[in-house]
Amino acid sequence: MQKLTYLKDVVTLSLNQEKCTSCGACLEVCPRNVLARNNGSVDVVDRDACIECGACALNCPFGAISVKAGVGCAMAVINSALGRKGSCCCNTDTKDYNMDKQPSSSCGC
Amino acid sequence: MGRPSFDQPFVIGRVASATGDVPAVSTQLELTDYLGSLKVRFSINRMKYTVDPGLYAVGHPDKDSPVLVTGNYKTSFDHVRRALHGRDVWLLVLDTKGVNVWCAAGKGAFGTNELVARINSIELPKIVGHKKVILPQLSGPGIAGYIVKQLTGFRVIYGPVEAIDIPKFIDNGLRATSEMRQKDFPITERIVLIPVEVIQSIKYVLLVAALCFLAGGLLHTADFWNKAVAGAKFGLYASMCAVVGGAMLTPLLLPWLPGKAFSMKGMAAGFLVFVVLITWWYIVYGHQLSLIQILAYLFIISSGSSFAGMNFTGCSTYTSLSGVKKEMRIAVPIQIVAVVVGFGAWVGAGFIS
Ligand code: SF4
Ligand code: SF4
Repeated sequence: MQKLTYLKDVVTLSLNQEKCTSCGACLEVCPRNVLARNNGSVDVVDRDACIECGACALNCPFGAISVKAGVGCAMAVINSALGRKGSCCCNTDTKDYNMDKQPSSSCGC
Repeated sequence: MGRPSFDQPFVIGRVASATGDVPAVSTQLELTDYLGSLKVRFSINRMKYTVDPGLYAVGHPDKDSPVLVTGNYKTSFDHVRRALHGRDVWLLVLDTKGVNVWCAAGKGAFGTNELVARINSIELPKIVGHKKVILPQLSGPGIAGYIVKQLTGFRVIYGPVEAIDIPKFIDNGLRATSEMRQKDFPITERIVLIPVEVIQSIKYVLLVAALCFLAGGLLHTADFWNKAVAGAKFGLYASMCAVVGGAMLTPLLLPWLPGKAFSMKGMAAGFLVFVVLITWWYIVYGHQLSLIQILAYLFIISSGSSFAGMNFTGCSTYTSLSGVKKEMRIAVPIQIVAVVVGFGAWVGAGFIS
């Protein structure tokens, strides 16, 4: 089955080749096959399929991946804009996986 | 952290382990399990569908058996145990507060700390001789595998997205194929989401109908009741059509609706419903609606449907936050203008006729 993809050229994913050791941890954890090994080195091969879940960045032992992780949910965006917290799918606090930085806050789903 | 109770309906016995008896679970789902899941689907008791966290046994596991980790949302737990029929494995259930794996991982409940604490509290190194725990692929956003390894010595291996692939994954030497890794959004998954979507939109339908009732009556106080009822009817028809478009057709026809943005797909679905409604009315009642009334329906239905479709981004499994924000920046102002124009047209039509 063809993979459904969302809007083009919007995601915040980036991979720093200088820090990447091609260990493959991110390949194992990405649910969208965004990353792949190419002649030994790991690279982003299907950017637009990325859902910004943050799994790759969290599991990269070398801080080579940065992505603004969050939930792609309109209601969550609305709730955040209105300052509502709580309930399921509550808000969009992003976990900013920046190289060398621990996630800044937890997000709601 | 206590041990899971033996007094849970799916427990069929006990299995000895190095640290004491562990509840053994059935791999067969009963009618009550299916009914329970169905009830949750329809938003009844949504937050309380859990099993006790802790260690369970499937079959007769020993020191060499694989350790599978899952959350304590009962539906996830049921999928996993059913998939493990005829296998001998340990099942480690984390306390994810009854939330499914994917949402719990995003929220941090299915997280590194909880896993590490659970491995320590059940004394996993005494129970198995190996150093591997198998996690559902979709827990990745919550678990930092290399930190679990640092803190407990256990290596995190990500299994398949779907529980049903677990046996294949185990037989394959704990290696998932790229198909097993990919989260798609097939029609079966989209259909089961429709009931919740529809139930959640009922309050909007009632709200719109009530507002139209009041507006209809108050704008024509001389003929309050007739106009109020006419208003309520308009609000009810228009918003129900929006729900059919945004909460039913959008999930169902998702890959085939035009555009990538969900608000666009929702609008297209709403337009479809509008065309069907107007054609049907024309056939049944003949030429009855004025052009301006038809436009009122068009604007209200398509903007409502666009909004409901946009809300479906939260249930879909392939949207990103950046994408949702981008589409909302464009779609929300258009939806608001369309609603205003739609109501304006309806009010205007009321004065003209
Ligand atoms: S996990 Fe990090 S270091 Fe390893 S391959 Fe991926 S990006 Fe490179
Ligand atoms: S953020 Fe999620 S979907 Fe995107 S590349 Fe990383 S693991 Fe894959």
